[in-house]
Amino acid sequence: MIEIISSQACIDCDKCVDVCPTNVFDAVPDGHPVIARQQDCQTCFMCEAYCPADALYVAPFNRPVAELDGADGAAGHRDVHQLAASGRFGEYRRWIGWGAGRRPGSLRDANAELPELAAGALGPTQVQ
Amino acid sequence: MPRAPRTETPARDADVLVLGGGPAGTWAALAAARAGARVVLADKGYCGTSGATASGGNNLWYVPPDDAAREASVAEYEKAGGMITDRAWMARTLELTWEQVGQLADWGYPFPADSRGRLRRSSLQGPEYMRMMRLQVKRAGVTILDQSPALELLTDSDGVVSGARGTHRQRTDASWTVRAGAVVLATGGCAFLSGALGCNPDTGDGHLMAAELGAELSGMEFSGVFGMAPAFGAQTKGRMYQFARYYRGDGTPIELPAGLAARGFVARASLDGPVFARLELAPEQIHQAMRWAQPNFFLPFDKAGVDPFSDLFEVRFVLEGTVRGTGGIALAGDGCETTVPGLYAAGDAATRELVTGSRSGGGSHNGAWAMSSGTIAGGAAARFARRPVAAGTSLRAAGRSGLPDPAATGPGTLSPDEVVANVQAEVLTPEKCMFRRASALRESLGRLDEVWAAQVPRIGAQRGRQRAREAAAMAAHARWMYRAALARDESRGVHRRDDRPDTDPAQTLRLRTGGLDHVWVRAEPLGAAS
Repeated sequence: MIEIISSQACIDCDKCVDVCPTNVFDAVPDGHPVIARQQDCQTCFMCEAYCPADALYVAPFNRPVAELDGADGAAGHRDVHQLAASGRFGEYRRWIGWGAGRRPGSLRDANAELPELAAGALGPTQVQ
Repeated sequence: MPRAPRTETPARDADVLVLGGGPAGTWAALAAARAGARVVLADKGYCGTSGATASGGNNLWYVPPDDAAREASVAEYEKAGGMITDRAWMARTLELTWEQVGQLADWGYPFPADSRGRLRRSSLQGPEYMRMMRLQVKRAGVTILDQSPALELLTDSDGVVSGARGTHRQRTDASWTVRAGAVVLATGGCAFLSGALGCNPDTGDGHLMAAELGAELSGMEFSGVFGMAPAFGAQTKGRMYQFARYYRGDGTPIELPAGLAARGFVARASLDGPVFARLELAPEQIHQAMRWAQPNFFLPFDKAGVDPFSDLFEVRFVLEGTVRGTGGIALAGDGCETTVPGLYAAGDAATRELVTGSRSGGGSHNGAWAMSSGTIAGGAAARFARRPVAAGTSLRAAGRSGLPDPAATGPGTLSPDEVVANVQAEVLTPEKCMFRRASALRESLGRLDEVWAAQVPRIGAQRGRQRAREAAAMAAHARWMYRAALARDESRGVHRRDDRPDTDPAQTLRLRTGGLDHVWVRAEPLGAAS
């Protein structure tokens, strides 16, 4: 689920408000947007893909980190500085190659070739 | 929450109104615009991110125009689909998918070349594909209403569908109305807010709108489809699990019998306790190619600090309902028309039995179907809309259930969340929805009928009108699914009846269903449109 809008990085463009397919964010006049309905987040990473400022962090969990009750390493998913230092903001946008100077990730999409690449490793009945 | 407060939204007029902005909706809008229609497209979320495709991507059912290759593919899937597919529809789907992928290439979709330099066009990355579709729709002059879920259809005095009403959910629930000459439902399937990747906008809204006008559905028993996700996350993407081995909690391996679909077998094993997976069959030299194939599968593992190639991770099963299952609104002819005049259905909102039969539509067939059925429906709707529209006739709003007054939030009303939870309790688990038995289906139907009769009429607007409507739509959807599942007294494809494990040749037919207060089912001989 979406966990963080970085107040350092956010440029108040409200793109996340516009594109969220489940309407999780609210725009705030003269301020950063807010995560208003985290429980509606479906962990689809679309906001992370569209944010032009790499200001968003979507945690990989299907529940809010706050509900993980101190599970191993959970706190790290709310630590802005640690996440920023390890390059975790805007990560999905980098993978799909959006943003200035990047190559579209689809140019490296190996789905079509995967059965051929895998054929040596798997029995023929298992290759999909 | 107020965003840009507006007291009133002026009514628009369009020739064709498309509801839903995923692949089917955008291809429909383009086809209608190219046929000369003025088009409005309304999306519950954002056209470009909404729905299963933008998040998940598609490996398309994509076969070059070679008669022998296509014949072989059709024959293969006809057999895999339990012999209830339709050859003419399969051939059209292959043809149109080939054409539209060529169109995507012409628009500049960045298709990859493989390691031998050959261009490969059968896979579409979701964000890239749907961003391009939005751009093309806008270039075609289509008016897009984002964050604007439709709530109900409108009909004229002849009962012809003539538009829809909905809400701008980011503008204090303000209403919109679009009067149109025809409506295309491309609202997706229904995954019951299970959290399957990208599927939460898919709550079966279009099915309810159609059924309120007497539209028929088909194949609703082919709905017991579950995706596999790591227990911590939401990415229900199945393809990489071909490289998985599975283990029980005590570390003993689960041996998969040859020839059985692994997913069902693993799901059954999960009924006895936690199941763990590891992608240990993937040779190291293809790990990076796998990552580039599906970054949306691997990124959550990376973020969670799990290496799926070397670490065991627990898996869970998440309902994908009629998104990956294939039941939906029945088609009455070659133009994707429904049984209601002026109303068309495309993509996952429509039945995909015609091209998938009883098997899962996965990304491949559903992706090809979205392109082709969207194109067909948009063109046919544009032609239908050329008929003169009677001026000055007042339109009738067709919605009946889950449409509370926006002020109805107080005592005596039920929260939509409570109603949704009661529906989910009957469908979200493999015990009930994947491994079916007549006795359990009857018990679930008893509870779901009670939800429909006693709870849906009391849903309040405390979470906005969209949520209320979704709760009603899911209650209706579950009843159609289980009534059809009870009627198909056999196992076939993704419809598993543990009390009838064999496929019965006498039931090589399709099942139509429909109705709201009274849900009916009837057998439909093959050869009818769907």
